[in-house]
Amino acid sequence: MKKIATLLLSAGLVAMSAQAVPSPQEDLKHFRDYFQRKFPGLKLDELRNGINALDENHRMQWEAMEEFPPYEEFVDKGKALWEKPFKNGKSFADCFGKDPSKVRVKYPQWDAKKKRVVTLELAINECRKANGEKPFKWKKGPIAWVSAYLGYMARGQKIHVVIPNDPDALKAYEHGKHFFYAKRGQLNLSCADCHVKYAGRRIRGNLLSPALGHVTHFPVFRGKWANKSKDGDGLGTLHRRYGGCNKQQRARPFKAQSKVYRDLEFFHQYMSNGMTINAPSYRE
Amino acid sequence: MKIKNLRITTAGAVLLAAGLVLAAQASASQSALAKGKKLAFDRKKGNCLACHQIEGGTQAGNIGPPLMNMKQRFPNKAKLRAQIWDARKRNPHTIMPPFGPHRILSDKEIDLVTDFIYNL
Ligand code: HEC
Ligand code: HEC
Repeated sequence: MKKIATLLLSAGLVAMSAQAVPSPQEDLKHFRDYFQRKFPGLKLDELRNGINALDENHRMQWEAMEEFPPYEEFVDKGKALWEKPFKNGKSFADCFGKDPSKVRVKYPQWDAKKKRVVTLELAINECRKANGEKPFKWKKGPIAWVSAYLGYMARGQKIHVVIPNDPDALKAYEHGKHFFYAKRGQLNLSCADCHVKYAGRRIRGNLLSPALGHVTHFPVFRGKWANKSKDGDGLGTLHRRYGGCNKQQRARPFKAQSKVYRDLEFFHQYMSNGMTINAPSYRE
Repeated sequence: MKIKNLRITTAGAVLLAAGLVLAAQASASQSALAKGKKLAFDRKKGNCLACHQIEGGTQAGNIGPPLMNMKQRFPNKAKLRAQIWDARKRNPHTIMPPFGPHRILSDKEIDLVTDFIYNL
């Protein structure tokens, strides 16, 4: 009797815990299904175009920008940096491999030894440090140029984040997921409020993009950022955007490449698995 | 005759004064409504237009229902105030910010916004 009770109990526990924490694969399926139901007229890959997929005026403006892309000169600067040897004679290729088109898809990746998420930008700066070079600043400028170049070279390939079946990796993923859905800041808003639940609606003058496909075109080139810079450089990393959106919640932004943002990126990029890379792209 | 005249003038003055008070009261509530409107529209304060269409507001969002005919929807003004104070009471998952508990607006400001919305 006792045995049966224990057996039932443990079976119940297994069923319960399986229910309480869906696997990343299940999350991905729900996430996709949700958006495909919400925007039945749009193909999966079309959603990555964000507000340009949802609104004809934005689409026209965007297509006009993409004809003479304002990011081109900065992608070229990224290429030059990629090719330029470090003082010790080595270069980025010694860290990432010779083919610049094969780098973007490997990130973000789980580092099993150090038990942490490694983003492309983190890897770029760790490569520099390992070779005795000063690391770049995290959110814009050279780091965004190199990252944009690697994204540009990977255009047409699909986002492919691997979440290994390792309790620590799953913990990082769950942490990022929790951050995404949690209410935050004085305004008590979550990322999901704006980019899942009310995606496609307008908040004051702004149309809200779906989170599905968000990461495919990062680093992004924003007109707003270009106007703020001296030389028209509007490129910024994903973590720069995270900081901006945290401010929209009236919450204090975290540091770029902090554990919180890297875990968020792990979840956020995984949700776009299977979608086509189109970096960099123009946004308002 | 002189006395009578004086009486009439006094009465007139009293009436006039009463009229002035009434006018002053009416214009006070007009200016209170204007204050409420300003708070409701201000991006740094209520920013209700982020989510609600409101008559006289531009670039309104469409996340929440348009705010109109409010006396019909909220005959009880206290309930309207409670919704603006903390929308989580009615919907724990609401996107509408908890203006009171998070001190986005002060008590006084919520009174002013409530008056303005109630009169829409
Ligand atoms: C108050 C609403 C709001 C909240 C909350 C919010 N965002 Fe945003 N976000 C916006 C708006 C508005 C834009 C610009 C229009 C667009 O592309 O959606 C934007 C843009 C973005 C973009 C760029 C989309 C693109 O196509 O380039 C990303 C990525 C993003 N947000 C992520 C997040 C994350 C992650 C969070 C939570 C930390 C978050 N947002 C919270 C309103 C919000
Ligand atoms: C970020 C979005 C957002 C903001 C900002 C916002 N609201 Fe709302 N509001 C909503 C949503 C969504 C609802 C619908 C009910 C719900 O989901 O909780 C709502 C419902 C309401 C209702 C109830 C309407 C009805 O008929 O049931 C009132 C009244 C209201 N809001 C007033 C305000 C006022 C006043 C402000 C500004 C001080 C404001 N709201 C700011 C999103 C918002």
